[in-house]
Amino acid sequence: MAEMLLELSGISKTYPGVRALDDVNLRVCRGEVLGLIGENGAGKSTLMRVLAGVIAPSAGVIRIGGNEHARMTVTEATQCGIAFVHQELNLFENLDVAANVFIGREKLAGGPLKLVDNAEMHARVMPLLERLGADFTPSTLVENLSIAERQMVEIAKALSIDARVIIMDEPTSSLTISETERLLGVIADLKTHGISVIYISHRLCEIMTCADRVVVLRDGRTVGELARDELSHAAMIRLMIGRDLKALYTPPAQAPQPGGCDIDGVVTSAFPDRQINLSVRRGEILGLAGLVGAGRTSLARAVFGVDPLLGGEIRIDNAPVGVATPRDAIRLGIYLVPEDRKKSGLVLELPIRENVTLASLLDHARMWLVNGTAERKIAKDQARRLSIKAPSVDMEAVTLSGGNQQKVVLGKWLSMQPRVMFFDEPTRGIDVGAKSEIYALMRSLADQGVAIVMISSDMEEVIGVSDRVAVMHEGSVSGVLERDQFSEYNVLRLAVGQALEPMEAAAP
Amino acid sequence: MMKKELGLFLLLAVISAITGAINPAFLSFVNLLNMANLIGLFGVFALGEGLVIITGGIDLSLGSMFALLGVIFIDLLTTYQVPWPLALLLVLMGGLALGGIQGFLITRLKMQPFIVTLCGLLIYRGAARYYTSDSTRGFGYGDEASTLSNIASGNVAGIPNTFIFLIILALILGVLLHRSVYGRWLYAVGKNEEAARFSGINTNVVIATAYVISGGLAGVSTVMFVFYTNSVSPSSFGNFYELYAIAAAVLGGCSLRGGEGSILGIVLGTALLQVLQNLVNILGIPNSLNFAVMGTVILIGVLADQQLQARRRRKAALAGLARTAPKATPGQGKQSTSTLSAAAVRTGTGEQT
Repeated sequence: MAEMLLELSGISKTYPGVRALDDVNLRVCRGEVLGLIGENGAGKSTLMRVLAGVIAPSAGVIRIGGNEHARMTVTEATQCGIAFVHQELNLFENLDVAANVFIGREKLAGGPLKLVDNAEMHARVMPLLERLGADFTPSTLVENLSIAERQMVEIAKALSIDARVIIMDEPTSSLTISETERLLGVIADLKTHGISVIYISHRLCEIMTCADRVVVLRDGRTVGELARDELSHAAMIRLMIGRDLKALYTPPAQAPQPGGCDIDGVVTSAFPDRQINLSVRRGEILGLAGLVGAGRTSLARAVFGVDPLLGGEIRIDNAPVGVATPRDAIRLGIYLVPEDRKKSGLVLELPIRENVTLASLLDHARMWLVNGTAERKIAKDQARRLSIKAPSVDMEAVTLSGGNQQKVVLGKWLSMQPRVMFFDEPTRGIDVGAKSEIYALMRSLADQGVAIVMISSDMEEVIGVSDRVAVMHEGSVSGVLERDQFSEYNVLRLAVGQALEPMEAAAP
Repeated sequence: MMKKELGLFLLLAVISAITGAINPAFLSFVNLLNMANLIGLFGVFALGEGLVIITGGIDLSLGSMFALLGVIFIDLLTTYQVPWPLALLLVLMGGLALGGIQGFLITRLKMQPFIVTLCGLLIYRGAARYYTSDSTRGFGYGDEASTLSNIASGNVAGIPNTFIFLIILALILGVLLHRSVYGRWLYAVGKNEEAARFSGINTNVVIATAYVISGGLAGVSTVMFVFYTNSVSPSSFGNFYELYAIAAAVLGGCSLRGGEGSILGIVLGTALLQVLQNLVNILGIPNSLNFAVMGTVILIGVLADQQLQARRRRKAALAGLARTAPKATPGQGKQSTSTLSAAAVRTGTGEQT
C-alpha cells in the first residue's frame, strides 16, 4: 500500500433536521486518483467542502501529514496542500492568469510601497503553464479563456501552492471530448509527480479511465469501495442506489386524458445541438429526472418563454403555440414554479397578498385600478387552500419559512387557470410536512386535468410521485420509464447516458 | 409604510416651528406663498424622478431637458408665433419623446440608466446652447402667451398655481403608483425584476414607461420654469435641478436600489428641501452654505432612516423566528408519519452534488 497522505474518519455533518454526512471514512494515498461518486445530494460536495475547510464537520477527524484536525480552516487546508478546482470556477475574469494564480498571495516588490511584482509572478506561472501544456500566457486575461483553459489556471494555482491533493468537482461537466481527454492526460501527469487527485464525476466512463480506486457515497454515508480491477458501470451504479424507497405514490383518480403538452424537437440555448422530445398528458405527473446540468431547467425555462426557443415546436392540446415571453406562456396556461423561489418566484419584500396576485393583477382590476377587496379575498382563499402559515396575508414573503414561501408561489399560479405546470425542484429546502402537502397538491391538480412536469433530483420524489419518468442526459431525453420500469437503477443508467438493459443483466 | 412619511412630516414641522420661532418672518404669508410656489416648481419633476428611482434607475437629464425644451418653447411662441396650446403640446410631446428614447435605450438596448441619462444631460445641454448660439431667449414685450403665462405663474386666491398643479399631479400619480396595476408592477420590478418577469410582467415596458412619465413631467416643469424666469439662458437654465429631484426623492424615502418610495414622501422631501433653502436666507446663514446645509440634512436623514429600518428588520426577524420555531414540532400531527420519516433522511440542503 502506498504512503497514506490524508485520512478522514468518522466525519459527520448535521444541519438542523438533516444529516448531510454520516460517519464517512475516506483515505487518499500519495499519487493516487480517487474517484468519488454518488447520486445528486449524496453528500459529495459537502464532504469536499469539509476537506477544503469551507465548512466544519460536526464530528470526526481529519488526519493529514501525521497531524489530526477536528476541523480545518481554508487557510489550514491550503497549508496542508489541499487545493480545490471548483465546479463553478472561482476566477476573476477581469484579471490575467498570473494575477489569478497568485490572488491573495501576490508577490510584492518596492519594499514599504508594497507594489505588485508582476514580472516575478509571470515568471513563476510560466513553467506551470508549460507543464500543463497550456497554450496561453500568464498575461492572458481570464475572460478570454475557454472553460477548459480556466480549469488549467485553477490547476496551475493548485500547483503553485505545492498542492498534494487536488479536488476536482465535476471538472468535465462543460468540456468537449477532446478537452476532457486533455484533462485526463494532465491528471495522469499529476499522478506521476506524486500528486493525488480526488475526482468527483457523474461520468462513469471517465472514472473508469482515470481512477485507481472509487469510493461511493449514498445518503451521506460511504457505502462501498471499488479497487481498480473491480470497476464496472454496473458495480458502481449498484452501489450508488439501493435505498429503501418509501411509498409516496398516490395513483391518479382517472387515466390520463388526451391533450396536454407536446414538446417536439425543442432546442434550448444550453444545448444548441440537441433536440428534446417529450409529452405529458392532462391528468399526468411526469417526473423529469437527470443529473444536475442535464438541461432540465433549461427546457422548463424555454417552454415558459424565459429563454429563447432555438427550434422545435410546443403544442398545447395538440395546437401549436408560440411562446416568446413568460407573458405568452401564462396566457396559454403554462406556468413555471421556478427552481430558485427567492430569486425568480417571489418578490420577497412584498406581502403575501401582492405576491399571490402578481401574475393575475389585471384580472382583479377595473380600469387598471386594483380592486383591493377582490385581491385580498383571492389571497386569503389561496392561503387557506394551501394552508400557508402566516398571521395575515399582509406579511412580507421574506418572513415565511421555505415551505410557506413555496406555497405562496403556488398560490400565485393556482389563483389562475393552469393547463400545464412545470415544477422545478418543488421541494428543495422544504420541511417534510410541506413536502407531502405539495405532493398531494400536485396530484389533485393532475386529477383536475392539469398536465404536470416535475423536475427533481431527489430520487425518492421522482420514483415516489411520478406517473411516468423521463430522464435527461446531456441535453436530450435519454429514455422514458413507465411505472413498472421504475427503479433507481434504471433512472440512473439513463441519467448517465447508458441504455436500459434487460433486467437479468442488471443482476450481479 | 406610512411611518417614513410621518417621520418626514414631523421633521418638517419641527424645523419650520424652530425657524418660525427664531424669525417669525418665516411663517409670514408672503414667505409661505413664495415657498409654496417653489415647492410646486421643484416638486413636479421630482415626482417623475421618484418613479424612475423606484424602478431602480435614475434620471440625470432633467435639468438639461428644461434648457432644451425651454429654448424651443420660447422660440415657438416668439419667433414662430405658434399658438400657445400647440406650443404647450409640442413641449410636452418633446419631453415624452426624450423620456421614451432614454427608456428604449435602457430597457431594449440594456444600457445603464446612469450612463444613458448622463449622456442625455450632456447632449440636451449642448443642443440647447448650439440652437441658440448660447444666447438667452426671452419673451419680448408682446403678449405671446399671456393666457398660458397666467395659468402657469398665476394664483388662485393667493395660492400659486404651480403648487396647485403639484397637488393635482401628485394625486394623479399617487393613484397610479399606489392604487393601479401599473404601480404594483413598478414596485415589483424595482424590487425583483426577475420574479416580475417570471410572473408575466413586461418589465421593459414598465420601466420605460417610468422614463416616459418623467420626461412628460419635465415638459410640464419646463413651461412652469419658463414663465417663472421669463427667459431661458441655455447654459445655466435648470442646471443641477435633477439633483434637487434626486435629493427630494431620496429624502422622501426612495431607495436608489429600487422598489421603495411613495408620492407623499417625494412631495414632503421637496418641501423639506425648499424649507431648508429658505431657512438659510431667513436665519441669515451665509448663502454660500446653502448646499452644505442641504447635504448635511439629507445625509443625516438617510442615515437615521437606515438605522431605524435595520432595527425594525431585526425585530421582525426575531418575531418571525418566535413564530416559526414551535411550528416544526407539534403542529404537523396531521401529516402522514410515513412520509415524515422518509424525507427526513434527505431533505434538500440546497446543495447540488
